[in-house]
Amino acid sequence: MGEHAVLVEDPPGGPAAWSRGVRTCDLPDVVDVVPAAHTVLVRWTAGAPRESLLDALRSISPVAVDRHAPELVVPVRYDGPDLDSVATVTGLPTDQVVELHSGATYEVAFCGFAPGFGYLTGLPDRLHLPRRATPRTTVPAGSVAIAAGYAAVYPGASPGGWHVLGATHLTLFDPGREPPALLAPGVRVRFEPT
Amino acid sequence: MTAEVALVVVEPGIATTIQDDGRHGLAHLGVPPAGAVDPALARLLNRLVGNRTGAALFETAGGLVVEARRAVTVATSRHAAPLVLRPGERVAMPPGGDRQWHYLAVRGGIDTRPVLGSRSHDTLSGLGATALSTGIGVSIGEEPGEPVADITPIVPVGDVARIGRGPRLEWFDGDPLGALTARPLTVVASSRVGVRLRGAVLVRVRSDELASEGLVRGAIQVPPDGDPIMMLADHPTTGGYPVVAVVHPDDVATVAQHLEGTSIRFRL
Repeated sequence: MGEHAVLVEDPPGGPAAWSRGVRTCDLPDVVDVVPAAHTVLVRWTAGAPRESLLDALRSISPVAVDRHAPELVVPVRYDGPDLDSVATVTGLPTDQVVELHSGATYEVAFCGFAPGFGYLTGLPDRLHLPRRATPRTTVPAGSVAIAAGYAAVYPGASPGGWHVLGATHLTLFDPGREPPALLAPGVRVRFEPT
Repeated sequence: MTAEVALVVVEPGIATTIQDDGRHGLAHLGVPPAGAVDPALARLLNRLVGNRTGAALFETAGGLVVEARRAVTVATSRHAAPLVLRPGERVAMPPGGDRQWHYLAVRGGIDTRPVLGSRSHDTLSGLGATALSTGIGVSIGEEPGEPVADITPIVPVGDVARIGRGPRLEWFDGDPLGALTARPLTVVASSRVGVRLRGAVLVRVRSDELASEGLVRGAIQVPPDGDPIMMLADHPTTGGYPVVAVVHPDDVATVAQHLEGTSIRFRL
């Protein structure tokens, strides 16, 4: 991916675990390690020794997620505009949609689209739906949503094509906070009905 | 460092923002790098007024006019030498000339509150935004130790940019790199997010969707309608359009500085 980056496709252990492996190695000169659904982008500073970096990347071992790390609990008011339509399409009563969504444990596989927008894996199969046919021009900040096999929480108001099940009062992204993003890759998440 | 206003915006101009070296190392959180569209020009102007190269400065597509509230030294891409402004004196940045993006560096650097370690305004996410309307004042940092240069030597914008193969070259029919380099491409739209180019016919051989993947500044994405887009400072961290080629990092600004309607030649 140009002079100072490489896009690694289907790395050993999968993008989430492999990118953790890269971060664990703390290679000098590496600026960004960006996992996505099937790839990891690794970017380094100009002037860094490219060949030795690529050699180091070839011997990275994946690192499993830490199952003892504290989970992020996201309180959710399950009153979203798409709760009923999701119930209809899945053939489940709405309270079972809520039970399924809030009963799972999720992992942030990667981020993209906007600062702090995490794509969470672990959504029960029965809630796997394609994106809405017509995206909304505005989805409010804090919207808890699902689409394409992922769960997410919109950190800020933006256009959105996901099915909104509810809302949380949590501030998902705050540049003045440490950490700025609550949903960073590797964070384990549960949703809790309020 | 003082909170006292040193410069006041008289005319905000077009697409004027405060930029520095950008926000790096946060792409995994969805944070674009931002930073000056033409980092070499920004660094040069900073050095000319004695600043460290990462100092914050004004970036504008033109029309910016600022007035000094106290004695300040500035260097701009529109003036042949650094200028000392006495209180009440103004400096204007006309648009156009030979490039799209102009810079106004001030000795001491623009001093705004950094967001995630940078004073850059990312226009895609809004991070680091500072309202720059008429009457807004900015303060500047401490006087640096380095001297001010006597002239502002600006290198003309080149005509040619080097490209290398991108990760999804095989998504395209025929010789896509040949198509990109056969004739000059015209800039049809330009922003801090990306530059849209016309003149190369790139035909996909795959019609399935590409799962979003990491992007870099300089990556040339090809959306379904065909006109390739070169990613720029405020590019999204991931994208679902295949990247056919990547512009050499030192030549990205060459492309970005081309005014709309002008043409750039790519070469391998």
